[in-house]
Order: sequence, then C-alpha cells, then structure tokens
Amino acid sequence: MSQFRPRFTFDGGIHPGARDNKDISKEKPIKDVLPKGDLVYPVSQHIGAPAKPVVQVGDRVKTGQLIAEAGGFVSANIYATVSGTVKAIEKHRVPVGDMVQSIIVENDGLYEEVEYPEAKPLDKISKEEIVAAVKNAGIVGMGGAGFPTHVKLSPKDPAKIDYVIANCAECEPYLTSDYRRMIENPELVIGGMKCVLKLFDNAKGIIAIEDNKPDAIELLTKLTKDEPRIEVYALKTKYPQGSERHIIYACTGRAINSKMLPADAGCIVDNCDTLVAINEAVTKNIPLMYRIVTVTGDAVRDPRNFKVRCGTNYKELIEEAGGFITEPGCIISGGPMMGFSLFDLDVPVTKTSSALLCMKVDEAAQAVETPCINCGRCVEACPEKLIPSQLATYAEHEDYDAFNGLSGKECIECGSCSYVCPAKRQLAQSIKSMKKLSIGRDRALAAAAKAKAEEEAKKNEEKKGGEA
Amino acid sequence: MEEKRLMSVTSNPHIRDNCTTRKIMMHVIIALMPATLFGIWHFGAYTIAVILVTVVSAMFFEWLYEKLMHLPITVNDGSAALTGLLLALNMPPRIPLWICVIGSLVAIVLVKQLFGGLGQNFMNPALGARCFLVISFAKYMTDFSYDTFTGATRLAQLKSGELVNTFEMVVGNEMGTIGEVSVLAVVIGACYLILLGIIDITIPGTYILTFVIFWCIFGGHGLDPYYITGQLAGGGLMLGAFFMATDYVSSPITTKGRIIFGIILGILTGVFRVFASGAEGVSYAIIISNLLVPLIERWTVPKCFGYVKPEKGGKA
Repeated sequence: MSQFRPRFTFDGGIHPGARDNKDISKEKPIKDVLPKGDLVYPVSQHIGAPAKPVVQVGDRVKTGQLIAEAGGFVSANIYATVSGTVKAIEKHRVPVGDMVQSIIVENDGLYEEVEYPEAKPLDKISKEEIVAAVKNAGIVGMGGAGFPTHVKLSPKDPAKIDYVIANCAECEPYLTSDYRRMIENPELVIGGMKCVLKLFDNAKGIIAIEDNKPDAIELLTKLTKDEPRIEVYALKTKYPQGSERHIIYACTGRAINSKMLPADAGCIVDNCDTLVAINEAVTKNIPLMYRIVTVTGDAVRDPRNFKVRCGTNYKELIEEAGGFITEPGCIISGGPMMGFSLFDLDVPVTKTSSALLCMKVDEAAQAVETPCINCGRCVEACPEKLIPSQLATYAEHEDYDAFNGLSGKECIECGSCSYVCPAKRQLAQSIKSMKKLSIGRDRALAAAAKAKAEEEAKKNEEKKGGEA
Repeated sequence: MEEKRLMSVTSNPHIRDNCTTRKIMMHVIIALMPATLFGIWHFGAYTIAVILVTVVSAMFFEWLYEKLMHLPITVNDGSAALTGLLLALNMPPRIPLWICVIGSLVAIVLVKQLFGGLGQNFMNPALGARCFLVISFAKYMTDFSYDTFTGATRLAQLKSGELVNTFEMVVGNEMGTIGEVSVLAVVIGACYLILLGIIDITIPGTYILTFVIFWCIFGGHGLDPYYITGQLAGGGLMLGAFFMATDYVSSPITTKGRIIFGIILGILTGVFRVFASGAEGVSYAIIISNLLVPLIERWTVPKCFGYVKPEKGGKA
C-alpha cells in the first residue's frame, strides 16, 4: 500500500491549453449577489426522486426555511434562500431545458433568516449525526451531476473506504469557481474534508487540484501540513481530469466502470463546493443555499465569480456581470465541454449550476461536418478508451449490438472526441443519444422479459390449480 | 410584453479544436514539398509537368465525379490534390503524361469515389493507382531512365550483388520514382508531420524495424550495415512508410492495430524484396496490408477503462 505511487493523470483526454480562458475570470474576487426578482426552486435539482413541496401558495417563508422535503432516500431537501411569499407552485423552465414543477417565491428584500439549531463541535458529533446533517441540509454533488451527498456518504461498508477525494480539479475550460473557493475560503474546503474523514476511519483525505492552479495547491498544502490525514495532490492539467472515474484513477490507480460506484474502489469523491456545503451543514447546521457561479465568456462585459443564492434568475447574473458586450451566439449553463446550451435565459440557478458561459460565436453550430477520415484522434482523446468514431457510426445506424459490443455505454459524455475531431463530427452527441436509447431499450427488454416470466408463472399456477 | 427571442442550442461540447481535415491535408502536402522539390531539381523540368498534370487531373476527376453524381463538391478539402501529388511522386521521371491522367482517374474514381469518397477507400488511392499502372503499363512504369542515366536502380543492383554507393542513395543521387529518391528529403517532411502530431511514429516505426529484422534474418547478409542502409535508402520504403502507410483512412485506428499493421507491412516488404523476382515491394506490401485493416480492427478493439473480465465479475 505504501509502495503505491499515484500517476496524477490518466490516459487520453485533451489539452485545451490557451483556449481554457480561465484568466478572464480568475483574478477577481467572488462577489455576493442579492436577488431582486422572484426566486424559482425546481423540485428536481438532483438525481433521484423529486422533492415534495411542504409550503402552500401564499405562505410566508424565511431564508433557510425548508420548502420541499426529500421524496425518498435518493432525493434532497430544498430550502428557501430569501424571505418572502410563495407566489406559485407551477412548472418552470430549468437550465437543462425541461419544464419542472417549481416553487416560486416573491422576494420581500428583507432577507429574514431562520434560527439554525446549535451544532455540536466536530469532536463530539457522531457519524450518524454527520450524515443526518448532510441529508437535512439537502446537499447534492455540486460539480454538476447532483447526486445526493448523504447517499454517497452511506456506502455499504464504510470500513473499506480508504480514500476521500476532494475533486478540486476544475478541468472544464473557463470555469474558476472552485479556484476562487480554494483561494478565498480554503479553511471551509478543509473543514468539509475533515467532516467527511470523520465518517471513514480508515480513509486518507486527498485534495486533488490540477497543476494549472499552483497558488491554490501551495495554499492548501500549507494549511494542511499539520493534518496527518489530509494530503494535497497536484494533478496534471488535462480535461476531463475532474471526471469522477478519472480522478479516482489519477489519485489511486483504481479504475472503475459504469456499473461500479466510487465506493467499490474504496473511494468517496466530493466536489470542492460540495465540501464547503458539508462544512456549513455539519458545523453550523446551515442548509445548502448558496453556490459559486462563474459568469464568463467573451460576450460578457465583466466576467467573474458570484456567490449566488440558489433560485436566482440567470438574467440577474448577466446584469451583475455588466450585461452583454454584444449579442451572444450561445449561452451555456456549465462549462463549454459538458454544459447545456440555453435557448431561454429565464431559468434559475440550481444546486448544480457551476457557470454561465456566454460566447460571441457558437463554434459548435458553425462547424461544418465532413466525412470521417479515420485519423484516430478521438481514440487518442477518449478517456474511456473507446473508439468514438465507430461508436458514432453505429449510433447513426441505430445498431444496438455493435454499439454495445464496443462498450458504448461506458461513455462519460465528456465531449473530448467531438473537440478533437478534424471532420467536426458530432461524435459525443451521437454516442450520448444512442446511450440513452440503449439504456431505455434495455429497460424495456427487461420489463418485457419480466412480464413474460410473470405471465408464464401465472399460467403454470393456473395449470397446477386446474390439475389439483 | 416583449417578444421572447430563442437562442440557438447545440449539444456539448461547445468549443472545438481548430484542426480540420483540410488543414491536415495541407500539412501533408507541405511535408511532401522537400521530396517534390528535390525530385524536380534532380530529374529536371519535365517532372513539373508530370506533377502538375497528375495533381490537376486528380482534382478534376474528383470534381467531375461529384458533379455528375450530384454530390457535394469536396475538391477544396485538399484530399484529391494530396492523392494526385502522392501518385506523381510514385511515377518514373519520364512517364508519358497520358499515363498520369489514367492514374488519377483510377485513384480518384475507381479506388476512392466508387467506394464512397473520402474516408471510405479501402486502400491508399495513390498506391492502388500505381499498382494498376505498373501492371497495365509495365514498360513505362518500370523505366526509370532519365537524361543519360539508364539501367537498373541501385536497389536492383544491390539485389544482383553489385556494389553501390549508399551515401548517394540517402541523399537521392540515383534513379527511381520522382519522390522516393531522396531519403533525406522524405525524412525531413516526415519529421515535420511527426512534430506537428499529424502522423504518429507507430506505423513507420514498427514497419521499418520489422523490415530490418526480417532482412537481417532472411536477407542473406546478416547484420551487414551496408546492405541494411542500402535496403532502407533504396526504393520507396521511406516514402511508403511515412506517407503512404500512415494514410489515416486505410490504416487501423488504434495503437495496437497500428503496431500489427506495421509488423505485417515489414514482413510483406521483406518477403517481396528478398524472395520475389523484383527488387521492390513496398507498394504491394502497403495495399495488401490495407486490405487486412478491417480484420486487424476486429482483433484490436481496446478494453474500455475499468474493464472487468465478465467471468470473474465483481472486483477488477
């Protein structure tokens, strides 16, 4: 075990290099944003069951008040982030484009806050209480996936967890929110790490940062030098270093596939901002209400990071960032590699909104697709070691067997293949769609097989009944 | 109420690398310039006509076919020009121009367009056409004489046991096709492509290495550096290894596949050069290996990240 030397990197991936554009928002401190308009809280901001609203239209709510409770184990609570009145509970557009049932709160501008119960000091708190606090606070993975954190923190066998990895890689171009967090509140990140480490006695804490952020690495190394259980790793700068599977590999040498969880490799991975939320929840009983959002891109006058209350409208963020210089060609919620493009700015910041990227030119739309020349750049770039060019072709033919034969469902949708493709094929898009179709087909087939088996069992029983 | 304007949406990723097919083709054409210019300087002005006629006719046939078939015109992507240039560099210096036109027709229409155009050709179009021409017009295609130089190429002399100057073979002061004579010029172009990351060293590396090993074992001269240099510098080995075998479309896509491809190339070239009646065998080695690519691709599907053997199940 002690002989193991981490590689700090993985095979494949891409180097956006000078095009990562982190500089434009990197140096400016995080600015607090006070929302002016209505706040919108979609009941589904996480993976799992939607939360159930516990307020009625007309109710007055305070900042930090529970407005929707988790609709199951894999679900998360949602809190009001301002004081005001519940104006409506209706469908509202969310960043991914769907219409989702949402609680709409009219902001009264008073920001009256609820009293949070006193939290126990960290050395007196039990493991169950930590998980309960995280669950209560409605924390989900804030890197983008939105998996409820309390579920992650409750693996089958906690003793087998030997690494807790703080995913501070921030490999997406343009994004600097985690960087600003680490520079401005390093103690909160470390505090969150300590809370999680308390749950896993055999675990070592790794704060994994890409080496394009040397000042953050230096700062956190300095602050953790007296923490025997925490170590800072400088990972090689390469996209998608922050992918859960690949950061685990870079730090521990363990490779997991789509059917496995990080816990199967003895790892718990949490994003930088998630750890801050865990720290607030465990040490102060404050629920998840804020997140850092990078508002950036060449179409924005003053690109920078904001501390935003969840539910704030994206339009207000654009205003805060000085508005548009020119009409943007595309607006993306999230980073340029994995974000969703928005067709309408009237959407709220959710727990998983890491960035708002406004670009003058929609490169992806302008790219002209030409035939594949089999150059192999996508194969080289694929962090999952797949053959994207062939997968995309099979996807276009809807050939499920061939697609799955090449492990198409292992795709993490990172977009590296489309990025490097000289023919500008929409590789990631084709593979992504086919993956969804294939998963749906598997489910349908399984359901059909189950129904058939049940029917046969029924028939057999009837037969037996008849015979008797 | 103000009218809501919807913005355009695209799937991720939203940024793209600025490398395009056209740029790649242009880089390869640039990389062929040292060999082209050396060929013109060495063999004289007639070669300019050979190169121009081949390139222009290749582009013309591409345009004509696409026009007649109502396909999008792709002459601009540079692939037809590159095919034409490669074919020209594989021609003897005094080849009649009408053969060049036939060569372009075969390369573009027969080998490339009839199978679906760019990206669908199962073998290198330039080499396919060259082999067609060698079989159809053997007299013209194997006559490498120019000016006052006549007779056998140095590679053939080497095979028949005559003494040759290997230094002159490396520099290119010898007979042969327009582009293959100067190993130096070919290697300069290859280095350009490797440094830019356009081609990777896997195929030429394994190809040349396998060939040298094969030669040392079966060539009959053991480890004699004189013969090894002669074999490497003679004929189209370098041009073939760096510019033809690395053709994306007709070579495997995975590194493992490329290694197997290179080994097959090395062995086939060795077999042709050692055991066949002629001195040269690079063209045939490459097009035969091209035909094996679909098979190689089937054997070399890489294991995905975190792959777990199905029978074991559970932990990796």
